[in-house]
Amino acid sequence: MKTFTYTKAQSPEAAVAEAGEGVRFIAGGTNLLDLMKLQVMTPDKLVDISRLDLGRIEQREDGGLTIGALVPNSDLAADRRVIDGYPVLSRALLAGASGQLRNKASTGGNLLQRTRCYYFYDTATACNKREPGSGCAAIGGFNRIHAILGASDKCIATHPSDMAVAMRALDATVVTLKGDGDRRRISIHDFYRLPGDTPEIENVLEPGELITHVELPGPPQGEQLYRKVRDRASYAFALVSVAGVVKVEDGKIASAALAFGGLAHLPWRDFEMEAMLVGQAPSTALFEAAADKLLAGARGHGSNDFKIPLARRTLIACLRDLTGV
Amino acid sequence: MHFTINGQAYDADLDIRTSLLDLCREHLGLTGSKKGCDHGQCGACTMLVNGRRINSCLTLAVMHQDDEIVTIEGLGTPENLHPMQDAFVRHDGYQCGYCTPGQICSAVGMLDEVKKGWPSHVSGDLTSAALSDEEISERMSGNICRCSAYPNIVDAISEVAGLTPAEREVAGA
Amino acid sequence: MLGLGDKHTNSLTMDQPVPSSLLDTGAQNIISKPLPRYEGAKKVSGTARYSAEFTAENMAYGVLVGVGHGSGTVTGVDADAIRGLPGVIDVVTDFKSFLRNAGQGGETKAPTQGVEEVAYFGQFVAIVLGETYEAARGAALQLPLTVEPAEGRFDFDALKGETDTPPPNNIPAHYTQGDLDRAMAEAPLTFDATYTTPSQNSAAMEPHASLAYWDEGKLTIYGSYQIPTKDAIALAKALGVSQKNVRIVAEYVGGGFGSKLGISPESAAAAIASRQLGRPIKCVMLRQQVFDGTVRRSNTEQRVRLAAEADGTLVGIGHETLCANLPDEDFFEPAGIGTHSLYKGEHRVITHDLVRVNLTLSGSMRAPGEAVGMLAIESAMDEFAEQLGIDPIELRRRNDPDKDPEKGVPFSSRQLTRCLEVGAERFGWSKRQPKATRRDGEWWVGLGVAAATRNNLLEKNAAKARLNAAGHLFVETAMTDIGTGSYTVLAQIAGEVMGLPFERITVKLGDSESPESSGSGGSWGACGSGSAVYLACEEIRNQLAKKLGVDPDAMTLKDGMAIAENRSTPIGDLAGEGIEATGEINPGKQKDAVTQASYGAHFAEVAVNAVTGEVRVRRMLGVFAAGRILNRQTARSQCLGGLTFGIGAALTEELIHDVRNGKAVNHDLAEYHVPVNADVPQLEIEFLEERDVHSNPLHAKGIGELGISGAGAAIANAVYNACGVRVRDFPLTLDKILPHLPADLPSA
Repeated sequence: MKTFTYTKAQSPEAAVAEAGEGVRFIAGGTNLLDLMKLQVMTPDKLVDISRLDLGRIEQREDGGLTIGALVPNSDLAADRRVIDGYPVLSRALLAGASGQLRNKASTGGNLLQRTRCYYFYDTATACNKREPGSGCAAIGGFNRIHAILGASDKCIATHPSDMAVAMRALDATVVTLKGDGDRRRISIHDFYRLPGDTPEIENVLEPGELITHVELPGPPQGEQLYRKVRDRASYAFALVSVAGVVKVEDGKIASAALAFGGLAHLPWRDFEMEAMLVGQAPSTALFEAAADKLLAGARGHGSNDFKIPLARRTLIACLRDLTGV
Repeated sequence: MHFTINGQAYDADLDIRTSLLDLCREHLGLTGSKKGCDHGQCGACTMLVNGRRINSCLTLAVMHQDDEIVTIEGLGTPENLHPMQDAFVRHDGYQCGYCTPGQICSAVGMLDEVKKGWPSHVSGDLTSAALSDEEISERMSGNICRCSAYPNIVDAISEVAGLTPAEREVAGA
Repeated sequence: MLGLGDKHTNSLTMDQPVPSSLLDTGAQNIISKPLPRYEGAKKVSGTARYSAEFTAENMAYGVLVGVGHGSGTVTGVDADAIRGLPGVIDVVTDFKSFLRNAGQGGETKAPTQGVEEVAYFGQFVAIVLGETYEAARGAALQLPLTVEPAEGRFDFDALKGETDTPPPNNIPAHYTQGDLDRAMAEAPLTFDATYTTPSQNSAAMEPHASLAYWDEGKLTIYGSYQIPTKDAIALAKALGVSQKNVRIVAEYVGGGFGSKLGISPESAAAAIASRQLGRPIKCVMLRQQVFDGTVRRSNTEQRVRLAAEADGTLVGIGHETLCANLPDEDFFEPAGIGTHSLYKGEHRVITHDLVRVNLTLSGSMRAPGEAVGMLAIESAMDEFAEQLGIDPIELRRRNDPDKDPEKGVPFSSRQLTRCLEVGAERFGWSKRQPKATRRDGEWWVGLGVAAATRNNLLEKNAAKARLNAAGHLFVETAMTDIGTGSYTVLAQIAGEVMGLPFERITVKLGDSESPESSGSGGSWGACGSGSAVYLACEEIRNQLAKKLGVDPDAMTLKDGMAIAENRSTPIGDLAGEGIEATGEINPGKQKDAVTQASYGAHFAEVAVNAVTGEVRVRRMLGVFAAGRILNRQTARSQCLGGLTFGIGAALTEELIHDVRNGKAVNHDLAEYHVPVNADVPQLEIEFLEERDVHSNPLHAKGIGELGISGAGAAIANAVYNACGVRVRDFPLTLDKILPHLPADLPSA
């Protein structure tokens, strides 16, 4: 870990005022310190936001929830309003990490969790995300946990968060405070970026922009599930995960929101695939067609080829569970 | 910097980079908390901070000057063991002993989470946090034991939690 | 420990059986009892101190620097680039003396030294010293190294055509008997398949650590080591100092599993830096460095051939292993070690050949040989039983030899078939269904079985015991307790022989200056050090009898009293100024007169997800016969650990090296998947009653590695029974099962 200066922010406004080149906010710190120890991330200054008043979950008048960026994963998962209205989110959170990490990891921080790519984590190897222009050691290397959708020839990393997958299925909105004092509301669908030629840029946040809240619309109708496929029974990152919210009405799918972890640089969602499902009677044939659509552009890189059939089978099984087929 | 650990006040002159774990191990002589991976991947460093179990390796000491910190040394002593420590001894919930303080702190924190009604990944019903062997195993999976005392750890915790044999065998979803 | 009083010795060489044991005639009745661990209260309260938890005045911190190339020459270490950083003291390199490789352990020569030439990715070339750990670590990751890269040998599969035959290890690399090729050509039933197992890492929870300081030319290391006696000698040789000037203290060791048998690079680096700086140095490896620069279990490729008569009786058995090591290291993974004496068959070929690679040293990890060899041989037996259409237990029963099939000597004790039978009954084996017929919702469910065997070894060991006037017994040996229960079983042995309760016994372990010990490894620890303690106590007992003027057999020792001729005398009174005895056990002719091994049977029930191919172990049972069990609780725990290592080997553990540069890709505990609590169900362990008079005066055999031997094969066999998919490439991660699952998914 390279040394840094440390300040404790007294307010969100004060925090963003401290921000700038080489500055990082620290909340739970479970991912940032992990990476700083390995000198994958080397901020000059940490602004401690952990004691800001952003730790509440509030019910809005429109029926939705506003979740403070500092709400720990554990508290969010166990919140009765989340359990009742957004069980997919509780399930996703509980499938992630460990009890200890969930007690520390924050909602805002988890959205920004960085990839678990082995090569990103090791400064002895090339990584365009860590060091733009150095190359991608994962391509042609060992890439079991890597992306099959939306990757580029610069980066095939995946987003590791479970929570963010559920947030994407739930059409969450990320609320931020910018350095100039402006607030922004960013749909989660616009929040993340594919790697393209700049895998070091993972989202649309501007330098120094602070996530203050995450908003969920009112609880969605229909069945919800989160299914995570992994190598250990617990305490392992997803190989493939599915967050699903599907409503069946009068024998037909009335709405479907399906987000995927482990497949891409961001929590993946395919609105065209969802549109194929809506208005149709649930059936295995329909689900197979949906899976074909989802994976039409999928490409394996060797050790992760298995993710294509795995994603296909998992999606179909999830849709059957969600619709009772 | 000032800290309150196990109810005792400490002062330390620290490099800003010092983790809560290294503060205890290298500066305060509180070596009961262990460093197994230094990256939140094993749980050996688990402490209770404001009553919650966390990985003390993945947090900066400087961020905890206002917190109530409890380490394994604060739970009990060899002469006066905490019930969880005593159960670990009787059930052989350890072998080499290196992950053990973290397991015990984690178990104490975990039972408190259950008391608060927090569900887990294996809870069939998210609104009821009934404990069972399966629940204990899932909830304790952030503490790796390479010797693998897992079955004995589950025995020890289920005893402290007062589970009946029938309760222990309940499967989740 | 030094004191006045009488001093005696009692030495035994195992040239013949020891027909009776004081452990059977003792009156204290504590041997074999499931007593809680001697050091339990310390471990659970965090007061047991491990190496890195000692401190010394004016101590500085050292962090190793590994090289980011897999092959080449180090041409520059730019110490000036970091010397100016706050808190950084210095950078120390010693290209000649730093350890390039860890020691294999059990040797008394220095491990391979010299770090200028890069033999593998991550090899340590320098140590950065700081006033704080943070300063040292921060600078270590920034130290610029210049390396002239060279072509390396990283791809086992590409290189496996080039092999050499290593010198004998604990078995010869090659063994041939009869004509297996002919047997394969002529036998009515044959089987020929190849299995692969990956590199693995012991991943003990405590990283390798040394605190080194010099005092008037003498080095003391608080180090996390399994064999202080020999490790101190090896370190002295590496440093070029006299053996008497190196002391290793390892009071508590946070797991070893083979990885701490020999000294590892941090010990010499800390010692050299300490000598140079004139300050104590503490150096703890980062977890990634443990994976990069200590020791791994080699990957293997194992061809198994079986030839049998129509009834399944084997006439031939072949077990040919390819494994890997560095160009100048000769340890080979002895995968065929168990095969030598496990089953019948007059035509036999058991070989091991090495592929030379530039990857981290291959060496011993829990049950070197059996752990991976039995994945192959016991999977093959399952496949062969299926091919023959007979129950896999029946196939093993028909091939259980009544004497060693190679040496022709008897077994010292062997209850393999009995273990299988008892286990089958207890596990409900008769309810096993044909493959892929049992479903529980989305999960296929199946049962599997495998045999267990592990060689029993005896090494030279000594121990000192001293009885004082208060009737308290002090026991001391350079043995270690790495989680195995050494403190506890040594106290139990001493207590049984001396008639003393636990609280009147003090056991001191883990100091190279104590009487020499083979340490912990190879499952030899408890029997070797335990026999030495037994002999020391037997001698004190004899002296007590002498003082009472009675025959030792006519004396009973219980609760600190010597009872003879209807008189009861406190033994402390008899001890006078103290009685001290040294016990020493040596291997002897019994080693070759009989074949010694412990045996068992593993049973597993697994579930395989029909959608994803995920495998979960639902229950397991291990039935073991390993001579006298010294403590039923700690022995059970050892077996729980073994079974769990088996779960890891079967399902999750695989250390991956990038074939382009030899980098250990998944070198942390997030991505090298050791089983977590949720992967391990409530395992059952049963011990069969047994005494082995050929092994040692305890009549016990090693148990630390028996539990892993075969365990993974039972799981793989259960996976096959569950879903009908046979995977011969371990571990059985879901990607290997998935392609073979039916395309039709289970309904909701």
